[in-house]
Amino acid sequence: MKLSAMQLDALREVGNVGAGNSATALSQIINRKIDMTVPQVAIMPLGDVPDVVGGPDAMVAGVYLRVFGPAPSSILFLLPRESAFYLVDMLMGRESGYTKSLSTMDESALMEIGNILAGAYLNSLSHFTKLTLLPSIPALAMDMAGAILSVILIQLGQMGDHALVIETEFTTETEGVKGHFFLIPDPGSLDTIMAAIGVKG
Amino acid sequence: MSELIKVGMADYKTGKNPSSLISYGLGSCVGIAMYDAVSKIGGLAHIMLPDSTQARSAENPAKFADTALPLMLDEMLRMGASKSRITAKIAGGAQMFTFANATDIMRVGERNSEAVKNILKKIDVRMIAEDTGGNYGRTVELKLESGIYRIKTIDKGEKEL
Repeated sequence: MKLSAMQLDALREVGNVGAGNSATALSQIINRKIDMTVPQVAIMPLGDVPDVVGGPDAMVAGVYLRVFGPAPSSILFLLPRESAFYLVDMLMGRESGYTKSLSTMDESALMEIGNILAGAYLNSLSHFTKLTLLPSIPALAMDMAGAILSVILIQLGQMGDHALVIETEFTTETEGVKGHFFLIPDPGSLDTIMAAIGVKG
Repeated sequence: MSELIKVGMADYKTGKNPSSLISYGLGSCVGIAMYDAVSKIGGLAHIMLPDSTQARSAENPAKFADTALPLMLDEMLRMGASKSRITAKIAGGAQMFTFANATDIMRVGERNSEAVKNILKKIDVRMIAEDTGGNYGRTVELKLESGIYRIKTIDKGEKEL
């Protein structure tokens, strides 16, 4: 799998607008300013993907959604455990540092956040590509990053040894909330996206 | 020299006493530890998928149960382990996310564990312990001094096989 400089630029731009939409949505929900990094677009060996979020045994919360439509993909929103706790405290209007483990209500709240971020992202991706891309209902897990990522990597592993990862990091200005947003297109979906935005390899 | 040898996803490594082999953050993947208690030679494989014949590309044999295990066994035998003494312990094969309509791909953890057991039978290596299933991740470590297979989890404690 190889991408031309132009394809990388196009993906970065699409990712930038999508992530911008997501960051705005998140910022409105928690009423805090959110900074985001310019998306990293990379093709990396499957085994290296967990290193992006601090190694395979880093403790994270992950919201996972499948994307249906002409360009099937996976979306994963990963937050370090402490960030997930901060975030639910903000959402629930509790004092920061209150949450030490997630209740069912907290879990729903996090899944809803994942849902909104994914929706905002896919909206702009659909707008760019004119492809109808729909998210599944979200699923949540709180565990080791490697274990959570393996769900996506295994699906990709049937086709090859590398993953195309479009990744953005969100951070709030003051509180320690940090999150990684991944869009991982299924093999083949990349070509569909590229063709739709009119960029040839 | 005592050394901690890391085994990545879709990889396998072998070693000798007093080293240890470790693999972090297994989800639906399965970690297979093989050990010869006399020569104290062992191997740890971190497989992602059951079967290389069903996949479209098979560049990396360490990714699949059916190709990784015979290769690791061969390497152990070349290092001086004895086939008749080698036993296996396995861990992992969890289902990390639960969806209402669990598709086949979501059950890959279960299929991985099944496949590993079948391959072990096929290559005639006796499985003596397992810790598979559930919905949580595991970090596994094989101590080549003792053959103890230590399983660490976030909330479900630690155990030794």
